[in-house]
This record gives sequence, C-alpha cells and structure tokens, in this order.
Amino acid sequence: MLKVTNINVYYGAIHAVKDVTLEVNEGEIVTLIGANGAGKSTTLQTISGLLRSRSGNISFLDENIGVIAPHKIVERGLAQVPEGRRVFLRMTVRENLEMGAYTQKASGVAADLEHAYALFPRLKERQRQVAGTLSGGEQQMLAMGRAMMSRPKLLMLDEPSMGLAPILVEQIFDIITEMNREGVTILLVEQNAQMALSVANRAYVLETGGIVLHGDASELIGNEDVKRAYLGG
Amino acid sequence: MSFLSHLISGVSLGSIYAIIALGYTMVYGIAKMLNFAHGDVIMVGAYACFFIVSRYGMSPLLGVLLSVAVCTLLGILIERLAYKPLRAAPSLAVLITAIGISYLLQNSAQLLWTSNPKVFTSVVGAGSLKFAGGRLSISVTAIVTIVICAVIMLALTWFTGKTKMGKAMRACSEDKGAAQLMGINVNFTISMTFAIGSALAAIAGVLLCSAYPTLMPTTGSMPGIKAFTAAVFGGIGSIPGALLGGTLLGIIEIFGKAYISTQLSDAIVFAVLIIVLLVKPTGLLGTRIQEKV
Ligand SMILES: Nc1ncnc2c1ncn2[C@@H]1O[C@H](COP(=O)(O)OP(=O)(O)O)[C@@H](O)[C@H]1O
Ligand SMILES: [Mg+2]
Repeated sequence: MLKVTNINVYYGAIHAVKDVTLEVNEGEIVTLIGANGAGKSTTLQTISGLLRSRSGNISFLDENIGVIAPHKIVERGLAQVPEGRRVFLRMTVRENLEMGAYTQKASGVAADLEHAYALFPRLKERQRQVAGTLSGGEQQMLAMGRAMMSRPKLLMLDEPSMGLAPILVEQIFDIITEMNREGVTILLVEQNAQMALSVANRAYVLETGGIVLHGDASELIGNEDVKRAYLGG
Repeated sequence: MSFLSHLISGVSLGSIYAIIALGYTMVYGIAKMLNFAHGDVIMVGAYACFFIVSRYGMSPLLGVLLSVAVCTLLGILIERLAYKPLRAAPSLAVLITAIGISYLLQNSAQLLWTSNPKVFTSVVGAGSLKFAGGRLSISVTAIVTIVICAVIMLALTWFTGKTKMGKAMRACSEDKGAAQLMGINVNFTISMTFAIGSALAAIAGVLLCSAYPTLMPTTGSMPGIKAFTAAVFGGIGSIPGALLGGTLLGIIEIFGKAYISTQLSDAIVFAVLIIVLLVKPTGLLGTRIQEKV
C-alpha cells in the first residue's frame, strides 16, 4: 500500500533521514520506533509531503506521491495525526472535525461526525468548546477524530501517547486497534516501544536517521538489542 | 449639534479606515506579512472607477464593480508574483518587497496618469440629509459609507464563521502545516485572502474619493498607513479589532482636527497609537497566539 524507498531528507546541512526504506501493507499496523531525534517525525512529514526527499521514491496505492502537493496526498486517502496534536486551538471541537473533512463532500460529513463522536464520546460533549480549553488527552482524541474525518485508507500517527497518563495511553491504543479493525491501515510512530510493539504486526527501528532493524513485532519484542535499547531492560 | 456632526464624520472616515484595515489584518493573519502595497491598491481602484465614471460616463455601479474586479486581480497578481516566491524567506525580505511594490504601483500610476490631481466624481451623490430642524446635516456619502462598512463586517463575520473557505482561512492562520494535513490548499487560501482584501480596498478607494474627491498617485498612501495603524491599534489579525481600531482612529482624527489643531491631528492619531501599544502591546482586541503544548 505504502512503499518508501531510499529516501534522504535534510534540514540544511543536517542529514536527518538516511536511505530509509519501509513498507506498509493493507490492513496492517506497522510501527516505527526509535529514540528522540532519530528521524521518525521527519519521515512521516516527508510521506505527507510537508518535507521533500532528495532522492528515492514514495509510492502510495501505486502512485508516486513524492511529487504531489500535501493537500492532494490527503485526497488520496493518506492522513496524519501530527506530533504534538496540532489541533486548531481557537476553533471549536466541531470546527476542528469539519476541517478534517475538508476533502470530503458535504453530504457525507454528518455521518462521519457521528462516527467520530462514537469513537470519542468526550468530543461530542465538548463539540461547542474551543479546542484550546481541552485537556491533553482530549486534544489527542480530537486530533485522531479529525484525521478520521478525511476517511483515510492509511493513517499515520506521530507519538499519540506523548505526555499522557498511562490510563489514557491504554485508551488511545485501544482506539487505534479499533480503527484498524474498521479497515484503516496504520503506521504508528512511537517512543513507547512496549505499547507500540504490543499492538503492531510489524516494526521498524530507526536510529540516527537510518533503519537498523525490522521484522515482526512479536520477534522484536523478544530481541535482546531492542529490549536493551527501548524496553528498559 | 456640531459635536454630533463631528462624531458622524469621524465614524464615516473611520469606516473607510476599517475597510482598509480589514485587508491588512486578514493578510497578516494568514500570510503573516505586512502588505505595505495595500494602500496603493486603493489608489488603483479609485483610478479604475474614475476612468469608467468620469471619463467614459458609465454608471457609478459599473464603475464600482469594475474597480473591485481590477483590484481583486491586482491583489492576486501581486501575491503570486512578488510574495509567493518569498514564502520561506525571512520576513524582512518580504517587507522590503512589499515597500518596493508600493513604489512600483505609485510610479506606474504617475507614468500612466501623471501626478496631476483628478477630480473624482462621487459614486454616491452629493446630497445631505437634514435633522433637528436643519441644525444637523449629514452627507449621504457619510451614511452610505457607514452602512457599507457595517454590511462588510457582517458579511465577513458570516464568511469566516460559517463557510468552509472561511474556516479554512482561520485554520491556515493558526497552523499552516496542520491545515495542509487536513487537505487544505494553503497557497489557494492565501490567494483568496489577497483577493478579498484587495476587493475591499477597491470599495474603500471609491468611498474615500467620494468623500475627498482629489485623486493622485499618492492618494492611497496616507490612508493606507493610517489604516495599518488602525489594524495594529485594534489588534492585528483580529477582524473586530480592525473595525474598532478604524472607527476610533477616524473619530480621534476628526475630533483632533475640530477641537485641537488641524496640523496636529495626524500627530495626535499616532500618539494615541503609541500609548495604546505601550499599555497593551497586542492592540485593543489582539491576543497573543497561545504557545503549543
Ligand atoms: N526544523 C528542523 N530544523 C533543523 N533540524 C531539525 C528540524 N526538525 C528536526 N530536526 C533534526 O532532525 C533530526 C530528526 O528529528 P525528528 O524527525 O523530529 O526526530 P524524532 O521524531 O524521531 O524525534 C533531529 O536531529 C532533529 O534535531
Ligand atoms: Mg518526533
């Protein structure tokens, strides 16, 4: 479904992503784990078209998306929940969700809103509230609900558990598996490797810009190097 | 009665500043740049109307419509050719470009139409209404100006609050990257913002010259600077702030002229701005953009 081949991304002279190759098949949950600064967010931003790779290729549903505008990539069915949530703080919860549906026909929006509210009942209670007044967990739910409004085929989430209490992390991961069961393919970026590996089918490990390891999540969870570096033992 | 009459003149002049200030504030809110050529777009709009109505004797309505069309295209063109290539450039480079465009428009107008003042034919008509047994006289131009400003404010409030495009503009003004991840075409949205701001500039130019009928290549310059002041005064980026700032500025200017000194009225206007900014650096209705968590 998504094939990233040998991409290289720079910030000026900083070579942030080095020859990264990864693949996500339809129906999977794939996780990309790695320490802070490894290049995870840069990789996702490049797939979404906000940053450009100097070489290599990114194909989604057999189309080269490395050359098309970010808003067109969303139209193709590839959405992202960015790191730090980035909800529109001055807009209401409902308006945020409507922005998520920007690429959709008006006729389908009401049903999609109900679907988002079913996944996140808290958002329905707060639909008229300005997003800036929500708690961190609620903002994460809003960011996820908002991304779902574009009816993505592939959803990329960048550290959805960041800064959340363990009980909320649990809830967020439950919803990710729920979305996957509904047919959305998932590419999940996490520093919380334990949680990520427990829900994912396959995993890639990113270290200082390069992929150092990949395989089935169940294998990596038992891998000694992964245990030492990312699972606290 | 003279107090009331000055107040109405002040609100009327302030309405023109407010309409111009909307253009500054909307463009600043979304493109995060000060479009210093905005005042000169007003001048181009006024010339367009002047030629259609005074030279070719066509109807004032047609004059206004064509003036709006010319300015809308001009605004889109300026953004596309001068500002879009600088989207990633430092803001100082963009500012200097905007000042350059301002001079380009003024000098082109001088070349094309000379710097001789033209007498603008009002698109509203010269009459005035008498109240209180003839002691209070209000020009039709003043009334029309105030009404049009009110209509524009209501329309813009509806547009940004209720329409898909308007909400997309607010999303872009908060976070362009996140807006792109929603599937919003940010370049198109910025282009639309320039179109709306410039269309409003045309209306402001026609109203301004209907009230003060001398038209020259520099006609837009001073009102442009004052409207920019009004936008900052009210809180740059805020639409109600542009209305409040513009109206107050107009009132202060007319009262300053009437009760203090004609020569000093501009100095008074800018002194008030400085005091407001010292007390409240974000302007009257401006808010600091919240830090992201
Ligand atoms: N806007 C930027 N400008 C310069 N360097 C950046 C920028 N964003 C990230 N980097 C650098 O690129 C590297 C990868 O960052 P990032 O992709 O954010 O990592 P991760 O998401 O894995 O924490 C880091 O070394 C980081 O310092
Ligand atoms: Mg990151």
